[in-house]
Amino acid sequence: MKKRIDIGGLLVHIFLWAGLIIVVFPFVWMILSSFKSLPDFYHFSFLPDKLNWSGYKYIFEETDYLRWYLNSIVVAVVVTISCLIFNSLIGYVLAKYRFPGAKAIFIVILSTLMIPTELLVIPWYVAGSKLHWVNTYWGLMLPGMIEAFGVFLMRQFMMSIPDDILDAARIDGMGELRIWWRIALPQVRQAMAAMGIITFLGNWNAYLWPVIATSTANMRTLPVGISLYSTADAGGIQWHVIMGMSTLAVIPMMIVFLIFQKKIVEGISLTGVKG
Amino acid sequence: MSDIKKGHVRKTMKLKTRKTLIAYSFLTVPLLFFLCIRIFPTLYAFSLSFSPENRSGFTLDNYIHLIHDKVFWRSAVNTLLYVAITVPVQIAIGMILALAINKVHRLQGFYRIVYFIPYMTSIVAVSWVWRLMYDPNTGFINEMLSWFHIPPQGWLTDPSEALISVSMMMIWQAMGFCMLIFLAGLKAIPKQFYEAAQIDGAGKWRMFWSITFPLLNPTIIFLAVTGVITALQTFTQIQNLTASSSGDAGGPLNSTSSIVIYMYNSAFNDFNMVYASAITVALFILILIVTFIQLKVLSKNFED
Repeated sequence: MKKRIDIGGLLVHIFLWAGLIIVVFPFVWMILSSFKSLPDFYHFSFLPDKLNWSGYKYIFEETDYLRWYLNSIVVAVVVTISCLIFNSLIGYVLAKYRFPGAKAIFIVILSTLMIPTELLVIPWYVAGSKLHWVNTYWGLMLPGMIEAFGVFLMRQFMMSIPDDILDAARIDGMGELRIWWRIALPQVRQAMAAMGIITFLGNWNAYLWPVIATSTANMRTLPVGISLYSTADAGGIQWHVIMGMSTLAVIPMMIVFLIFQKKIVEGISLTGVKG
Repeated sequence: MSDIKKGHVRKTMKLKTRKTLIAYSFLTVPLLFFLCIRIFPTLYAFSLSFSPENRSGFTLDNYIHLIHDKVFWRSAVNTLLYVAITVPVQIAIGMILALAINKVHRLQGFYRIVYFIPYMTSIVAVSWVWRLMYDPNTGFINEMLSWFHIPPQGWLTDPSEALISVSMMMIWQAMGFCMLIFLAGLKAIPKQFYEAAQIDGAGKWRMFWSITFPLLNPTIIFLAVTGVITALQTFTQIQNLTASSSGDAGGPLNSTSSIVIYMYNSAFNDFNMVYASAITVALFILILIVTFIQLKVLSKNFED
């Protein structure tokens, strides 16, 4: 009996390892290809003929790659901080204050969840052009600075905070903003972490709005920079450069993911939605 | 005594108006944000879609054009194909993976992380990696087929295979997310159910169909709804797998074009903002209809 179970378990492991190869192989291929020279791409080969750094050299000397990296970090960090502050404050007020109009406001905010970004990008672009916000950090970041889903999430979690501890703080003479910051926020730390991770990832990988909202190479975010460099090249696709750019974009994030994997997995499971 | 009581009442009254004031002072900026960044632009998109090109006024031309536009219909059908291909397959694979991972005792955490990695990584970066692997002459996938004596395929260059090629990458990226959500769903099923079934002499297969599957139903609904909405909005993958310096994304012969790809090309390559707005309004309505039907049908199944 025991032996049969072991064989079954072994088969499951073999199945899972086969799947892992499919999952991991493209990343291995990406790294190997980034060390090839362009002629290596004229025929099929697994390994580069010899380790070739010319792709990476080109990235750092001839393109704005580091600037794109910086832009992506700035946009993702600022938007995430903004979302953490505003979403949680709105969620807190809607969950813990009873006042006329609270329900209507909540419904208005929630209803914006139904609007797809695709519907908004053209109006944003048209209005942004008139205000000269296109191709600026402000224009890139503003549309994401408060998120209805985050407000909804925060409200759900803030509801579970007992009113008593908030009232106790009021009796102690704490100001309302301080109560939110010092009493309410620590209670929903886990949900805040989840929301922060999802917001960061969503903005780090965002493509549709950044590709529309940037017009010069130095304002591009990382995905936009890689994408436009790769498609614009008229002298044939520079595969080793593109794979180098992809490697540099993917591997550091993967390391961060592995370090924080427990929190990230928890966060995604908790909310179930990517930004 | 009564004085104190009166004072207390007055104080709570004042506290209530004070709280309302505080609430609104906290909410003013966010409300303005939602009005200016979400609601007015939505109305503006609708009004653009009823405007003639390059002048003001009211017209139905954009929608009349849309109804007769073969490329739009091709993109709409493609979009529904993306939904029909990717959503069921990624949910099925995700569920099988979750059941397998839930079954093993060792390496659970390891499998979970590695299968989830593609979902975390940049769509743009992985699209280019897949594009290289799909290359008909020197790509890895045709090389692998040749080991099994299967003739090389055109993949992204062949109009009859390109949409499937894009879909396969989408499934590869999304299955880990489905797996993760299914694992959370599996963990939530009480162990006693299985113990009771075992006492009743139920087999493994029976337990799966009578306990696991029905209790995973809310998870399936969630993944179906979010998966469909995501697939209806497919853009980045197609743009990066098919665009080139010599042609817009969505090729070859519009065989991979989606509604969002067609909207993007109309707005930012042909600079026809009013027509592109009509396309986005059509997409918006399609999303609303599909979501509504889905919630009706799936939640009804669940109640049965």
